[in-house]
Amino acid sequence: MKYFPLVWSSLFRRKVRTLFTLLSIMIAFVLFNYLSAVSVAFSMGVDVAGSDRLMLIHRVSFTQLLPESYQERIRAVDGVTEVTHQTWFGGVYQDPRNFFAQFAVEPEGYLSMYPELRLPDDAKERWLHDRTGAVVSRSLADRFDWEVGDRIPLQGTIWRTRSGNTWEFTIDGIYDGAEGINSGGFLLRYDYLDQANSLGRGFVGNYVIRIDEPSRAVEIGAAIDTRFANSPYETKTSTEQAFVQAFANQIGDVGTMMTAIMIAVLFTILLVTANTMAQSVRERTSELAVLKTLGFTDRRVLSLVLVESILLAVVGGGVGLGLSWMLIQQQGDPTGGLLPAFFVPPRDLVIGVGLTLCLGIASGILPGVHAVRLRIVDALRRT
Amino acid sequence: MSNRGTALVQVRSLHKVFRRGSERIDVLEGVDLDVTQGEFLSLMGPSGSGKTTLLNLIGGLDTPSDGSVTVSGERIDRLSGGKLSRWRARHIGFVFQLYNLLPVLTAERNIELPLLLTPLSRTQRRTHVATALAMVGLSDRAKHYPRQLSGGQEQRVGIARAIVTDPTLLLCDEPTGDLDRASANEILDLLQALNEEHGKTILMVTHDARAAARAGRTLHLDKGTLTSGAADA
Repeated sequence: MKYFPLVWSSLFRRKVRTLFTLLSIMIAFVLFNYLSAVSVAFSMGVDVAGSDRLMLIHRVSFTQLLPESYQERIRAVDGVTEVTHQTWFGGVYQDPRNFFAQFAVEPEGYLSMYPELRLPDDAKERWLHDRTGAVVSRSLADRFDWEVGDRIPLQGTIWRTRSGNTWEFTIDGIYDGAEGINSGGFLLRYDYLDQANSLGRGFVGNYVIRIDEPSRAVEIGAAIDTRFANSPYETKTSTEQAFVQAFANQIGDVGTMMTAIMIAVLFTILLVTANTMAQSVRERTSELAVLKTLGFTDRRVLSLVLVESILLAVVGGGVGLGLSWMLIQQQGDPTGGLLPAFFVPPRDLVIGVGLTLCLGIASGILPGVHAVRLRIVDALRRT
Repeated sequence: MSNRGTALVQVRSLHKVFRRGSERIDVLEGVDLDVTQGEFLSLMGPSGSGKTTLLNLIGGLDTPSDGSVTVSGERIDRLSGGKLSRWRARHIGFVFQLYNLLPVLTAERNIELPLLLTPLSRTQRRTHVATALAMVGLSDRAKHYPRQLSGGQEQRVGIARAIVTDPTLLLCDEPTGDLDRASANEILDLLQALNEEHGKTILMVTHDARAAARAGRTLHLDKGTLTSGAADA
């Protein structure tokens, strides 16, 4: 601690340069946390998917609709215990930028299929008796300051009513997901969509199927697909985990992309910090020589330079990690519920702190070695 | 004070050779020198005569090509690395021509630097710093940064830093070389007081004959050789 004033003063010898370096490091670690959260979001979707749930979509694409009449035929397949469906609504709330996921579902069947959605009983009761009702996730309600009883207008971009494209829903309840999990966004009733839309009736987006034995998933899925083979609406059934993974893979290998971006960002910031430290050490060649003259050993001088660079990295990185962690905790999923989860896991925070230390050591080691190699008489001669 | 008269520094057959490419430069050629405990010795000579090199070798900042340097009975030419650094911290106080204060630290923090290497507590360090500041007459400038001080004041802070650990030997390299006459006289008065009142052994390199005259003895160095023992003052 007795060397702290010396290290701190040296660090802020060029205030503007140090502040800009701190800002660069801070932004890099803000990015680190956000990239971690995005990476988690894409892997978490796979992790939270139920192992006993199958997802059935149109064989051509998941955007193609399927007949509602399939529900009973699917239920008849051996091994199937529950079937429900969900249909992408795709409405706009006030502004297209206010994007969030909306699905038309069967209230009872859907809540039974997804017990991880925790909706109070009174809210469930209201929803079951309110055809134009909807339930929303906690994060979505917080985002728009919605409360139970609010009327929410959505402009239909896919589904239109017979009188136009404005749909109105009453919020009957707000549901919570498991810790850190968004679990959807805006759930409206399928029967309302089916009866009020002008496109046609009896079609759904995709089916969610619960099976009795997860180990038989492939077999049951094949049996279902065989049942609809050579029909106008052929199907493709996979486990929910495989479906979520395939959906994520359509965007690309998100984990690898995030890692590549993180490496690029951290490498850049390493160069920036190392440059700052190198300049800082070069500027005070004579001062380091004076310290050595006074009796500071090479090891002590190296330690001073390293502590300085570690302090720079830890302060900048710590502020960045802390700030972004708070923002992510408070604001949650920036996509408004499209991602299944959006948070920084403690493991990644620990890695982040470790990286700030590594950055400090890596950026200070070369200037430190330069300081150690400094010959006192040569350095003093330059003053 | 009781040790006054015994040889504190013994330099024997000291050689220092520098090489610039294939060129060999003999800076010191067999220098022999004794500095007694409590002595104020000045070393004069033209530029390039080897004065600063000799000072650096006695202070353990550089290693000789040949010969020996003994300070307080210890062969410092045989020390290296961390041992030499620790020896310097214990025994040597340096005063530089350009003061060489750290601009980011206040006067008291600059003076405290050598004490950081000791096991003294924060309170003890503060007491030592206050004493050193009082000795150089700058108690009221403790919180000032070097840029807020005059050249003479900066040099006094430099001297305070050099004496704060109560070193065995004070080495001054042109301590008045960058000062006006009045400030130079103040610094020389201070050095003289440190020698006469506190018994500090001082070896001072200077170009200035008037500065050299303040010392008890003056030696001349020319082309790497001590050319005269010069009369005692």
